[in-house]
Amino acid sequence: MELLSGADMVVRSLADEGVEYIYGYPGGALLHVYDALFRQDKVTHILVRHEQAATHMADGYARATGKPGVVLVTSGPGATNTITGIATAYMDSIPMVILSGQVPSDFIGTDMFQETDMIGVSRPIVKHSFLVKKAEDIPETIRKAFYLAQTGRPGPVVVDLPKDITNINDKYEYKYPEKVKIRSYNPPQKGHTGQTRKAVELLLKARRPVIYSGGGVILGHASEQLTRLAKKLNMPVTNTLMGLGAYPGSDRQFLGMPGMHGSYAANLAMHHSDLILAVGARFDDRVTNSTEKFCPSAKIIHIDIDPASISKTVTADVPIVGPVAPVLEEMNRMVEDSGRLPDQDALGNWWKQIDDWRESRGGLFGYDRGNGETIKPQQVIETLYEVTRDSDPFITSDVGQHQMFAAQYFRFDKPNRWINSGGLGTMGFGFPAAMGVKLSFPDSPVACVTGEGSIQMNIQELSTCLQYDLGVKIINLNNQALGMVRQWQDMQYNSRYSHSYMESLPDFVKLVESYGHVGIRVERPEELRPALERAFALKDRLVFLDVNVDPGEHVYPMHIKDGSMRDMWLSKTERT
Amino acid sequence: MRRIISVLVENEPGALSRIVGLFSQRNYNIETLTVAPTEDATLSRLTITTAGKPQVIEQITKQLNKLIDVVKLVDLTEGTHVERELMLIKVRASGAMRAEVKRSADIFRGQIVDVTSSVYTIQLTGTSDKLDAFIEAIGAASVLEVVRSGVTGMARGEKVLSL
Repeated sequence: MELLSGADMVVRSLADEGVEYIYGYPGGALLHVYDALFRQDKVTHILVRHEQAATHMADGYARATGKPGVVLVTSGPGATNTITGIATAYMDSIPMVILSGQVPSDFIGTDMFQETDMIGVSRPIVKHSFLVKKAEDIPETIRKAFYLAQTGRPGPVVVDLPKDITNINDKYEYKYPEKVKIRSYNPPQKGHTGQTRKAVELLLKARRPVIYSGGGVILGHASEQLTRLAKKLNMPVTNTLMGLGAYPGSDRQFLGMPGMHGSYAANLAMHHSDLILAVGARFDDRVTNSTEKFCPSAKIIHIDIDPASISKTVTADVPIVGPVAPVLEEMNRMVEDSGRLPDQDALGNWWKQIDDWRESRGGLFGYDRGNGETIKPQQVIETLYEVTRDSDPFITSDVGQHQMFAAQYFRFDKPNRWINSGGLGTMGFGFPAAMGVKLSFPDSPVACVTGEGSIQMNIQELSTCLQYDLGVKIINLNNQALGMVRQWQDMQYNSRYSHSYMESLPDFVKLVESYGHVGIRVERPEELRPALERAFALKDRLVFLDVNVDPGEHVYPMHIKDGSMRDMWLSKTERT
Repeated sequence: MRRIISVLVENEPGALSRIVGLFSQRNYNIETLTVAPTEDATLSRLTITTAGKPQVIEQITKQLNKLIDVVKLVDLTEGTHVERELMLIKVRASGAMRAEVKRSADIFRGQIVDVTSSVYTIQLTGTSDKLDAFIEAIGAASVLEVVRSGVTGMARGEKVLSL
């Protein structure tokens, strides 16, 4: 049996787990582990400039690859700087393992230098956490952390490592466990056949059905099964913000995203439907609007791996607890075996109604293209889509108007290509997330759609990109204001712009140039496409496109507060 | 509606804080909480009394079940069950009051576990209602100090909460 120190066991366990990259920042409590990292070449460590960015990089990697992202940070401030990133991953159920240094065991609780109760601080935002007491426990604890992070409903897991147990001079027998069992943790492996049969019966009887699919379809690798079922039954599909790409965005049956900034067609279809098939979606407040007025004539089938998500805000008529892929597979089989299809006349009328809704708004997200003098933010996303669509791009975003425009106008045809902080809404997420994606997909175009507010929340990572040659493209929709905040101030506070404007913005072009990257300023509509084409032609370079967009633009449709799904503002002057 | 939830949890450091934290984090209310190890040293058993609408209670049990340290749980109030709470109560007992307090304690089948010339300390077990009734019978003016264990209980008959 091999003898290893605690620090070497940490790093070897990661290698044996198949971890390619870890993102982190060294410090006192972790120096043993960093020494062990130095003496091996299986796991590649990426040095960030702020620990929050390490968590978002790991998160971006996890969302793009489906594998857990791994973060390594020191105790105290290193650990607390990860909190926003952990909460981001928790809200979106992203698998992540965070290894944090801790003061030596005997000093825990003494307010030692750089001590924080990381287990306590992170408790409400982790799936689980471990404080490792003995070096011998390191391999099994790390194995458990990875097992928990990526099974069932995925989520972040913290492993807190007191400095004394990683001492490089004390050696122990090392064996990485092949399997771990946690007696109190048994995530469902399949759905209940009887419930699934009931659901299929409802699907075959539906006259105005809608499939409402969420992030769970992407996390549960069920995009193919969902698409097959939707095609077979010719049902309209709406993907939530977290679920974009699970059903092809350019397909005729796709209605766009539902919810607060969802399409007119998707929101009306949901509202008037007689059956909603909810798959891996959680009836979030940003989708449902008032739950009391939610879809009054719809029966609801709800498939989710987490029983706590079912009937949490909206009661399900047919709940199915289980992983979405096998449940949808069984549904497909049952539909095939039945040899039946829904009432074709009813479905034909339903589609005609939906097409009318779609056409009445000039497509899923029609907008006023203006006089051609200013660049519309919507137009930036449309052009980005046209320029990159044939090269299988990854698009990340920050949070605000630009995020909604990206979700509305970019047509994602594959899962794992759209990466944004949906649940927590973390500004500063998009750029490091894009870096995490680019490391693992060096040959694919990776763009971060951002705004001048969000980008400044993690702009220090321009330095990391220089160090590791990360050629991400940053598309900055610069409207010199916190656009979404200002939109609400316009709509609800008589345009009193309390702290929503950005004075003293840096010269972004000069800023990125100072880091050795390429900056391009885009001021006129006709400059947009050539600038985007040039940015993506510079394959290996980080290119920052600072695009001056129309500062007066709002995101529409927008749900009217406390209304039903069909109650929307459609422009500054029109409402349903 | 009042509910009694019994929970078997891993007897590990931090397990209790995860459960208590869940209640405050999700805005659920805890009326009483008792916890102690079981005959199996790897397990602790908690009894929580809470109140809420049926949807809230459903979320409480589901969210508790999601915690990795929670091995098993049961809502005792869903079936017939036995519940008990223990109270120690220190009562002013001098002069004419002395006999009266003794009588009340006997009626409620309490035991006097400590005596001074002016004070009785009475131990009483029963449902929470019975303990409330005793306090009322004694009269708030005579009560010097009260400590209650919180509710604990188990299902009647063959039904058991175990691994």
